[in-house]
Amino acid sequence: MTDYAAPSAYASRQRSRTGQIALRWLLYALLCLFALYYLMPLFVMVTTSLKSLEEIRTGSLVSLPRKVTFDAWATAWSGACTGIQCEGLRPYFLNSMMLAIPAVALSTLFGALNGYVIAQWRFKGANLIFSLMLFGCFIPFQVVLLPMARVLGMMGLAGTIPGLIFVHVIYGLGFTTLFFRNYYVSIPNELVKAAKVDGAGFFRIFWSIFLPLSLPIIVVTVIWQFTQIWNDFLFGVSFSQAGTQPVTVALNNIVNSTTGVKEYNVDMAAAIIAALPTLLVYIVAGKYFIRGLTAGSVKG
Amino acid sequence: MTPILDIKNLCKSYGPVEILKDINVSIVPGDFLVLVGPSGCGKSTLLNCIAGLEPISGGDLFIGGRNMTNVSPKDRDIAMVFQSYALYPTMSVAKNITFGMKVRGVDQATQKAKLAEVSKQLQIEPLLNRRPGQLSGGQRQRVAMGRALVRDPKLFLFDEPLSNLDAKLRVEMRTEIKRLHHDLGASMVYVTHDQIEAMTLASKIVVMKGGVIQQIGTPAEIYNRPQNLFVADFMGSPAMNLIPAKAQKNGNGTKIKIDREAGGPLVLTDTNNPDLPEDVILGLRPEDIAEAGYRTGEHVQTANCLVDIVEPAGADTFVVSQLGGKEVTARLHAETKATPGQPLEFAFDLGKVSYFEPESGQRVS
Amino acid sequence: MSEWLERHVPKMVLAPSFAAILLFVYGFIAWTGWISLTKSRLLPKYDIVGTIQYERLMASPRWDTAMNNLFIFGALFIIIAMVLGLALAILLDQKIRTEGLLRTIYLYPMALSMIVTGTAWKWILNPGLGIESVVRGWGFESFTFDWLVNPDFAIYTVVIAGVWQASGFVMALFLAGLRSVDEEIIKAAQVDGIPTMRIYSAIIIPSMAPIFLSAFIVLAHLAIKSFDLVIALTGGGPGYATDLPATYMYAMAFSRGDIGQAASSAMVMMLVVFAIVVPYLYSELRAKND
Repeated sequence: MTDYAAPSAYASRQRSRTGQIALRWLLYALLCLFALYYLMPLFVMVTTSLKSLEEIRTGSLVSLPRKVTFDAWATAWSGACTGIQCEGLRPYFLNSMMLAIPAVALSTLFGALNGYVIAQWRFKGANLIFSLMLFGCFIPFQVVLLPMARVLGMMGLAGTIPGLIFVHVIYGLGFTTLFFRNYYVSIPNELVKAAKVDGAGFFRIFWSIFLPLSLPIIVVTVIWQFTQIWNDFLFGVSFSQAGTQPVTVALNNIVNSTTGVKEYNVDMAAAIIAALPTLLVYIVAGKYFIRGLTAGSVKG
Repeated sequence: MTPILDIKNLCKSYGPVEILKDINVSIVPGDFLVLVGPSGCGKSTLLNCIAGLEPISGGDLFIGGRNMTNVSPKDRDIAMVFQSYALYPTMSVAKNITFGMKVRGVDQATQKAKLAEVSKQLQIEPLLNRRPGQLSGGQRQRVAMGRALVRDPKLFLFDEPLSNLDAKLRVEMRTEIKRLHHDLGASMVYVTHDQIEAMTLASKIVVMKGGVIQQIGTPAEIYNRPQNLFVADFMGSPAMNLIPAKAQKNGNGTKIKIDREAGGPLVLTDTNNPDLPEDVILGLRPEDIAEAGYRTGEHVQTANCLVDIVEPAGADTFVVSQLGGKEVTARLHAETKATPGQPLEFAFDLGKVSYFEPESGQRVS
Repeated sequence: MSEWLERHVPKMVLAPSFAAILLFVYGFIAWTGWISLTKSRLLPKYDIVGTIQYERLMASPRWDTAMNNLFIFGALFIIIAMVLGLALAILLDQKIRTEGLLRTIYLYPMALSMIVTGTAWKWILNPGLGIESVVRGWGFESFTFDWLVNPDFAIYTVVIAGVWQASGFVMALFLAGLRSVDEEIIKAAQVDGIPTMRIYSAIIIPSMAPIFLSAFIVLAHLAIKSFDLVIALTGGGPGYATDLPATYMYAMAFSRGDIGQAASSAMVMMLVVFAIVVPYLYSELRAKND
């Protein structure tokens, strides 16, 4: 009996094995297909930016450039027209830098202090304050555009970079506080108690004990805030004027400027330049972002 | 002698919820005070109030004769060891221990000397450059103690410091803390939910429940003369047998009648306690019930009971039977012949008995 | 004095942020709400006249288009991104050797500005030189793909670009969810001989309900706020064909000089967000307090 059964069982196992291998191949094929889907726009952007206008008109969207030229990049950086001016993206790229760096630093600092207070120095009403701040993350910013325009005017900050920094810090507070609060809430409160008995005060405890623990969540917050602020368009287009516009607004102006010939290669080069900083941050530090978001507790 | 710690009419509430009600405790220098009770009894809150980590709602608190009621923790001259050890995760062991001195601006040389002294005392010298994350539970415990010792405070506070250790290590560290207390002659307040820790360590025990002190006394007082049913039941393992009974005055003795599974009620005669209420709860610790013939004395009385369960535990054998509708545990010698389902003659030592009033739960005599 | 200071330092640290949020979020919402009840045009007026702005809004065909578009775009965007995100997460969860690389590829669009995404897709979908001409080049001479300039289909191009940008993020959320399911339960099911498909459909996915909710909230929120994408991809056109409430509000506020309309449309957007987010936040905060 077993003599007959053994080969047939072997055969069926063999059959299911080939089935499994086929399934595995199918799986990888699907995954690669999706990878192509996500990569395709980037590929098209890069190749288009390296072609001449002539080649774009005669060639295909998905073909590699026959002759690589960086002219479009040069134009996009320092010669493309954003309306009347034709200085390229460079000044606006610098605007975005001058805007994003202080705004990220300030909103992260305030978020850390707020989160530290809410998570570790609980007092009556702290939870209500946290809920109110959290809800602030979710409002559509359209609802604050009009009054903010007036308040910036009253403060003399209308159309200035400090004005934009101010706006980004205010509306970033909800998220930065949330990140730090959720991180600090997983640290046992006994640490603060021990430090109090040791004689340390509020700021000493923050500086010597909590800040050194915070690297993962600082990375998360900085990446998040930098991406948000760099990529922002709504505040930029609403509260800036010629000369103080951030790079996203300038990019949109280049792409949608109706004067002259449509230079697709310049548009694509400009789009890549505008995307480069956040893309770089994501590729370099993206894994810390995911890890930091998922890691809550601290060992020790 | 001025008390090192004197708590007067302390109250603590969160909004309408009263956590601690009218607490009065006082200890003299060198005392080892243990606050013990089930979780949620307010013992940790009381410790935090002593440390100044929680503001109190009423009453006064003196440390070393000074009113500390509104003084911040850093100025109370205390040191504290926490349940989770609360070691600063990013600092080395040495930095953990000297952080308090650094904050207070103690000069480098003194810091170094103190660190050397304490790390020698606790045998943690090889660990000084490690991070808390690289230490075992027992090592972390030692570092936490080092952080407290280095301060030379008037009062040491311990918040369940052994509850995160495994059973074997817990016993070792318990002995070590006891030795430390002996060597330093320091005053300590220690919170635990473990009544064995309380018994072994304390020179004075406070038993708490629901924010109210149930009894204050030496371990022997608490163990032998519990003030109410809660203390009787909470302290001691296995717990004291609490058997409902009827008392009847009879000449110069009192007849104690207890329901029994078979053979009619069990009757004992107590000649010590003449004035008992009719309904009474009799409390007798397992070790005060022996096999007949193994315990003698003026107040020992014997009676037959049916054996339900026999649990050999090595050094002793625990025998459970039914009396007064309750399971009653007796601690017998290891070689007992007790067999489940068979009757056995027990010896009840009425010299060690406690009586409680069933309604109020208070001790009668 | 120093005792008092010590006790109140935490509150004093939190106070400026709290005051800022109170003023710049809640105060501003109130201000916008007030203005939405006035006759404000180019300049704000503060006499409340009632719901006239909301009546104008309801009567406006452009607003009607914007709300319709929001529902079409919102529904498709959320459903497709969720389905795609979940599918990718499950595929990636099969012990794939190159998972790290693939995850990076699926996720990178999230790092881009919507203006960049819009610019890229505008080029790809360009009827003259984009996909249409590629397919024609392959020999399908009569192939047409002119959604970008076709008023009836332009809104779907916004969906395409939006899904491309956000689905990777949804994938990451779901993947984290799949990984957080108790492994012993899965092992128990495997020992019981339950096929992989059934393990997913009957055990893992139902246990991820909170993640579905989070993904839904994030996507809905993105959909309602999405403004940049439409501006970069279609500019709201052709005509008003791809207007969303966000672009309507912006046009009223900054190019048409109709503050009253801008305020009332912003308030309607606010109410839509309220209806979605408040129950979520409420349940989240309550769960955390328990």
